[in-house]
Amino acid sequence: MAGKVLTITSGKGGVGKTTVTANLGVALALHSQRVTVIDADIGLRNLDVMLGLENRIVYDLVDVVEGRCRLRQALVRDKRLQELFLLPAAQTRDKTAVSPQDMVQVCDDLRQSFDFLLIDSPAGIEQGFQNAVAPADGILIVTNPEVAAVRDADRIIGLLEAEEKGPAHLIINRLKPKLVERGDMLDTATVVELLAIQLIGIVPEDESVIAAANTGRPIAFDDGVTGRSFHDIARRLLGENIPFAPLKEPGFFDRLLRIVRPEGG
Amino acid sequence: MRLLDLLLCRRQPSSSEIAHERLRLVLAHDRANISPGMLDTLKDELITVISRYVPIDAAGVEVTFTQGRRESRLVADIPLQTGKQHGQ
Ligand SMILES: Nc1ncnc2c1ncn2[C@@H]1O[C@H](COP(=O)(O)OP(=O)(O)OP(=O)(O)O)[C@@H](O)[C@H]1O
Ligand SMILES: [Mg+2]
Repeated sequence: MAGKVLTITSGKGGVGKTTVTANLGVALALHSQRVTVIDADIGLRNLDVMLGLENRIVYDLVDVVEGRCRLRQALVRDKRLQELFLLPAAQTRDKTAVSPQDMVQVCDDLRQSFDFLLIDSPAGIEQGFQNAVAPADGILIVTNPEVAAVRDADRIIGLLEAEEKGPAHLIINRLKPKLVERGDMLDTATVVELLAIQLIGIVPEDESVIAAANTGRPIAFDDGVTGRSFHDIARRLLGENIPFAPLKEPGFFDRLLRIVRPEGG
Repeated sequence: MRLLDLLLCRRQPSSSEIAHERLRLVLAHDRANISPGMLDTLKDELITVISRYVPIDAAGVEVTFTQGRRESRLVADIPLQTGKQHGQ
């Protein structure tokens, strides 16, 4: 049974692709999946530090492609999860060092031994993006509920459809329920309606994501609204039907409502 | 707060509603690969061509997109000049 290749991409930079890739990798591995996360952002590698694995890297993707090591030698095993591996990007080379065909070849090889390959795409629509989507069986588009990010996501969706790549699913990252309530942030339904692709996850804005990046321990290791949002995505990828839960911790009125109307609504 | 505004009929659109409206337009233009400027030129040329055949109310002409991912539609609303305006 061959593994599934999912590419995490966005169009606009800085919306949370690397954060999503690291956390989904952790969440899937915690669900007993064999996972390799692949950093396709050659020259600007980030995934290693996000996972706290930067000190274990010996070889990288470019070493594999240029024949300086075998593919398995370049894989870095996570220190906490036996089933999670990282294939790091080269930090000192540019994105032309790897071609889309190289990526297809690497993934075809790894597919045999893993359930999921998650590719962290660089921002933009250039070669690095082409490399990242070439081997994909499915695409996860990350966006923020903001005009510029949604616009760029739409551009990427259009490109992927023209190349008949997909299916593409949407992850809305950094949602602030309080701002939405106040009318100062696009809500989930509007973003989904505008982009017209299927939603697979909503991740709230959470300061502890930044702390997690500081320590190299993705938030999906810990329980909490944000950690859970990544586990929900993982379970949806595994075919479970998980409803989209409200993101806020229940407030006083929610609890009161629940007492008044215990059947919920 | 917004309810109160509604009741007093003085509700301003929220910033997220403005974002929604702006995105609706910008996505339609992006998808059709036509800029608002091009749309203006197109409108002017339409007016010139059509007025050769029928008298139209140039000020009332509207050229817009209806958006959809798989299908975008260019809609031109061209009001004809009514009888009383004739011969202006
Ligand atoms: N849900 C969140 N809550 C708070 N901060 C977040 C969240 N998601 C991402 N961030 C922060 O946003 C910044 C950018 O995230 P990240 O590096 O994952 O984006 P990216 O899309 O990979 O960027 P690039 O396009 O540069 O590769 C980081 O500082 C990260 O900690
Ligand atoms: Mg990144």
